[in-house]
Amino acid sequence: MTSGIEIVLSVRNICKSFGAKRILTDCSMDVKRGEMKVLIGPSGAGKSTFLHSINCLVPPDSGDILLEGRPLDRSNKKALCAFRMQVGMIFQDFNLFDHLSARENVAIALRKVRGMGRDAAAHRADEELARVGLARQAALYPAQLSGGQKQRVAIARALAMDPKVILLDEPTSALDPELVGEVLSVIRDLAADGMTMIMATHQMDFARALASEILFMEKGRIIERGTPEALLADGSGTRTRDFCTRLLDMGAQAGHD
Amino acid sequence: MHSLLTVIDALPAMLAGTLVTVSNVFISLAMGLLLGIPLALAQVYGSRPLRAMVGLYVWFFRGVPILVLLFLCYGLFISLGLPAESFAISCLVLGCTSTAYQSQIFRGAIESLPQGQLKAARALGMDDRTGICSIILPQALRLSIPGWANEYSILLKDSAICFVLGTQDIMARTSFAAARTHEHLALYAAAGAVYFVLTLAVLKLLGRLERKVQIPGYTAIGVEPEGMEARS
Amino acid sequence: MIDTAFFSLELLPALNRGLLVSLALIIPASVIGFGGGIALGCARAFGPSWLRRLGNAYTALLRGVPLAVQLMMTYYALPKLGIYFEPYGAALTSFILCTSAYQSEYVRGALLSIRQGQIRAAQALGFTTFQTILWIVVPQAARRALPSCGNEIVYLIKYSSLAYLVTCMELMGEAKVVASDTFRFTEVFLAVGLYYLAMVTVASWILNRLEEHYRIPGFGNH
Repeated sequence: MTSGIEIVLSVRNICKSFGAKRILTDCSMDVKRGEMKVLIGPSGAGKSTFLHSINCLVPPDSGDILLEGRPLDRSNKKALCAFRMQVGMIFQDFNLFDHLSARENVAIALRKVRGMGRDAAAHRADEELARVGLARQAALYPAQLSGGQKQRVAIARALAMDPKVILLDEPTSALDPELVGEVLSVIRDLAADGMTMIMATHQMDFARALASEILFMEKGRIIERGTPEALLADGSGTRTRDFCTRLLDMGAQAGHD
Repeated sequence: MHSLLTVIDALPAMLAGTLVTVSNVFISLAMGLLLGIPLALAQVYGSRPLRAMVGLYVWFFRGVPILVLLFLCYGLFISLGLPAESFAISCLVLGCTSTAYQSQIFRGAIESLPQGQLKAARALGMDDRTGICSIILPQALRLSIPGWANEYSILLKDSAICFVLGTQDIMARTSFAAARTHEHLALYAAAGAVYFVLTLAVLKLLGRLERKVQIPGYTAIGVEPEGMEARS
Repeated sequence: MIDTAFFSLELLPALNRGLLVSLALIIPASVIGFGGGIALGCARAFGPSWLRRLGNAYTALLRGVPLAVQLMMTYYALPKLGIYFEPYGAALTSFILCTSAYQSEYVRGALLSIRQGQIRAAQALGFTTFQTILWIVVPQAARRALPSCGNEIVYLIKYSSLAYLVTCMELMGEAKVVASDTFRFTEVFLAVGLYYLAMVTVASWILNRLEEHYRIPGFGNH
């Protein structure tokens, strides 16, 4: 799976509390170029907070974040913006800009953050939209798109910034079941193209097939990590496997209802 | 100190004026409620010419200032040989204006209800009259309470103009006392305070009513949150 | 039956004279009031807590007291404190103060209605706070607030007639003089009513066109 050995993103000992409540405790990981890390775990385990704290949308209380070996100075706003430019983010609930068409959603950061010209940005936006299969929807507004299309626009928006790594926060959990496939297939293509990604998800088949490493989180800690083969093997006795079996059972039950 | 005494002096008259203001507002509100509901129903379910007529009425009363309407009504009363009683004219003008505004509040509420409600009523064998009275209106009126609270505070403030015709309301008593004593600042501040309290008191009351008739899980979808409504 | 000489020689010249004064009240009051409303609304939505509290108190006060009372205060009571206005200035000042309070309410509501997730998304793309407000929050808030703010301008047109209370000779003031001189209240005020109807209708039409122009499919009907 891994196509290189260079470490793109390194996260060390991230801790975060909200008031007295400890959300994250000493979460660390090194992400190599082209790798796909998958975060799994029960809801409330801190997966989402962990992803949000990596690009400081939720500023961590302590810990270090290094992009290509350079530590991020979180107090420096300029450095933070430059860092975020290079780290893409996909949200659970898409967060498209409601007042902009699909094309403008992708183009606006190119123009305002990267200082690209209007035409060049629109051109680039169209390319990225074509890449996620939405060339014909470029002029539509968010309210006119389906959930799956919205999430694909959000992916195009992140890709347009040429990110070194993309964080995906349960990108399919707000979607109707029949729309999950189109989004996953876009992500699969990205992985095949060698994009570096960290993704929180409940799609176990997907994780098993594509993850370079699975990190299992519980109560704000990463308690297990390893390749899907190691963690999910029959009789491995891992918490990860336990969790997945339960998830599958529930899925099966839901299927019978 | 002197201005305080003036206010205390004028207080009985101002309280009498408050009674006039409050009755003016409540008569007009009641009139607007009685006429606004049929107008709203006519605008939603009525025939084309009926809808156009209601539209014209609403357009007129929402476009002409109260002050102009007061003098216009005064002129009409005189030329028709009716006694130009200022309180009656005030109630009529505020009532007609409020009818126009309230009809739009109710119309908005009726139109925000799901289409299927009346259909379901018909499917149960109700005629339209029963369906509207027992299914549509109970829902629409609940949704109208925030807009209605708004309408009250607008009307209360609008009523402060009626003294130009001689209605003996808070403003009339205040300006009379002010002209006599030249204590404009203290007296108008007191008048402002009375209006402020009247607004708050009734809004609190209506808020309580809203909670009392609330149906669990049933909130105003499509009805703008407070403050986003028309001017209050 | 209709006395054309009265209309063409007496009434209409007076009303046209008054119309100019009315417009001289309405236009600056709505422009400055809107600007003030934006500033006040921003302060009430995003300002430090003491400023927010101050702004809220100001707004509650001006929205809770009739404009008629505010006008009387400005014209008759402020001289007590050494602040003097002629009628036009008193009316304009009152209108600006009052309308900015109402406008701030709509601006504040619109600003607070922008979903938090979009602000996060902008930050995740590397927008600075200022860029986020300028390119994401303001364009949406402006569209959200436009109908209510436009409505407020329509109200202002009608309430500009209250300037008559402080003897400002605008549309209403001129009309009252003609009506009292000739005792033709019905004709005079019917004509004045039409003047206001025309102003309100034109303003509503312009505002509707503006809304139409900036309309985005599916946006705003939440």
